Amino acid sequence: MSRDDGFTLSRRSWITTASGVIAAGLVRTRSDAIRLDAQEAAPPDPTKVPGRFVSPVGSRAPGERPRRLLLGERLSSSSRTPLADFMGTITPSDLHFERHHAGVPAIRREDHELLVHGMVERPMVFRIADLLRYPRVSRIHFLECSGNGRGAYDPERMPTEITVQALDGLLSTSEWTGVPVSTILREVGVRPGARWVLAEGSDSAVMARSIPLDKMMDDALLAFGQNGEMIRPEQGYPLRLFLPGFEGNTSVKWLRRIEVTDQPTHTREETSKYTDPLGDGTVRQFSLTMDAKSVITFPSYPDLLPEKGWWEIRGLAWSGRGRITGVEVSTDGGRSWTPAQLQGPILPKATVRFRHLFEWKGRDTLLLSRAIDETGYVQPTVQELWRARGRHTSYHQNQQRAWKIARTGEVTFGLGELV
Amino acid sequence: MRRERRMKGEGSARSGGGCPRPAGVSSRTSRWPGVGVVALTLITVGCTGGESGSASSSSDRAASTEALPAHAPDRFGFGRDASPARIAEWDIDVRPDGTGLPAGRGSVAEGELVYARYCAACHGPTGTEGPEDRLVDSEQWDLHPTSRTVGNYWPYATTLYSYIRKAMPQTTPGVLTNDEVYAVVAWILHRNEIIPEDAVLDAQTLPAVQMPARDRFVVDDRTGGPGPVR
Repeated sequence: MSRDDGFTLSRRSWITTASGVIAAGLVRTRSDAIRLDAQEAAPPDPTKVPGRFVSPVGSRAPGERPRRLLLGERLSSSSRTPLADFMGTITPSDLHFERHHAGVPAIRREDHELLVHGMVERPMVFRIADLLRYPRVSRIHFLECSGNGRGAYDPERMPTEITVQALDGLLSTSEWTGVPVSTILREVGVRPGARWVLAEGSDSAVMARSIPLDKMMDDALLAFGQNGEMIRPEQGYPLRLFLPGFEGNTSVKWLRRIEVTDQPTHTREETSKYTDPLGDGTVRQFSLTMDAKSVITFPSYPDLLPEKGWWEIRGLAWSGRGRITGVEVSTDGGRSWTPAQLQGPILPKATVRFRHLFEWKGRDTLLLSRAIDETGYVQPTVQELWRARGRHTSYHQNQQRAWKIARTGEVTFGLGELV
Repeated sequence: MRRERRMKGEGSARSGGGCPRPAGVSSRTSRWPGVGVVALTLITVGCTGGESGSASSSSDRAASTEALPAHAPDRFGFGRDASPARIAEWDIDVRPDGTGLPAGRGSVAEGELVYARYCAACHGPTGTEGPEDRLVDSEQWDLHPTSRTVGNYWPYATTLYSYIRKAMPQTTPGVLTNDEVYAVVAWILHRNEIIPEDAVLDAQTLPAVQMPARDRFVVDDRTGGPGPVR
């Protein structure tokens, strides 16, 4: 893992250099360390000092510094969402994960246009102003890169010191607003025989994916809104395709072209990338739907439980096939499972917050979670995925995650204990 | 339970057996019969099999208020017609049957020069050294790939043309002429022992190239549900 800045660095320094502070009894948890930091800029008694005035744009409290984790500053790169720092399910827009294939293009809203052509009655061009006039919908959905979770699949190289952010931070949830693709396809008139579309972005890779037409007609959006405002440049400003429940790469950002076709185009991103060798000589293609998954975000590495007693296990669950119907938690390495509490409303193809209160007895403890969705699918073990796909796939690694609480209270990634 | 609700709320002989219509597929189906057929096929699968994720989200959509209201016009008239010139300017992807390939030609020998000038810095002098993706490895694999190169993983040669024309070189995309793209594709395919040294590629010969990994690719068979993990 490459180094990052800001908040995670302070976490790391808490683990190492701050051990002296811990020994002195000043800091017991990660949040204590943050609070200590924030207090440096604050007056000793805020009731005796007038506060600051109103401001046109707000900002986080000085001591709260969640940061994306950068994995190399290159044109084709990613940054990961600090899932362990969040509450609820919505990802603050400025912390939504990034995955770009050629950097973030600078595009002015008034210059951008969407071309819709191919097997249509009327090839058309839409400006953003045109699209803003169509009837809209807003929906809360997760977006997850199908490469998320990579790094905990190879039994020979199972990590222990890996954060939720580094392992599963290519996941975010937003309220997306836009025009149903079906409305625009109605406007242009799809011709008989059409089965697929090609969706293409205006980044400098002109990144494109083939999408089944039935998905486009079902719940796909031409999205321009994210959490109440225009979508951010990193998420596709001023227009992106949004395909609920599909692997993130197919929700093409900076969308400039939709070509209706009778067959897939077989772009680089759906042949040499985003395909899954199955260990039997074949390669699975167009594995578009994200299967159900869950991850415990607390406790997780590098948390430290300072004492035994009552703790609330917290996490997120989601499925690309619809609603989450249950999450089960194990505190004994998978021997027994208990239903976790789910925080409603439970929305289709959206993250759900789950919680489970448990009493930590101060012993070595292995925590797991598994999600169940409305199709009856149960988040598999890593062994089940190995049996189904072999050990050399790079995407869709949605196996159950485990965290180990050591007797010292130190939490590490624990899947290695089970393989 | 979901199915019951669907049957109750959406029962309509016209839309086919009590399944919900996706928004936009309504009584106007006859205006674009192709989509109607696709959509109805999907719905039928969702109703009888009950396993289709798409079908469940159709149900969610029907339950919400997302469908266009009944008084919505067939067309809104926002946007403008696209000119053939505009389409031609942007429609630069290439399909496996060669659709989209431009005029022009390029040889392996010419490609060697193009590669050295534009590609070698990132992909290495022989396409094997990196630091960016390894392009050349003609060694085939048995159960799982040991590398994922043009020679042993890419299923279609046309993808190579399309990708290079759009996205390469990474810092100056679009600088290569159509001939240069044909040439560098020829060089890469030759280095992977797929075409001979004297090969010349154009819009006819490129789609005819048989890629070694072509038949390995199978369509996703995951469907969710309680069955065995796939």
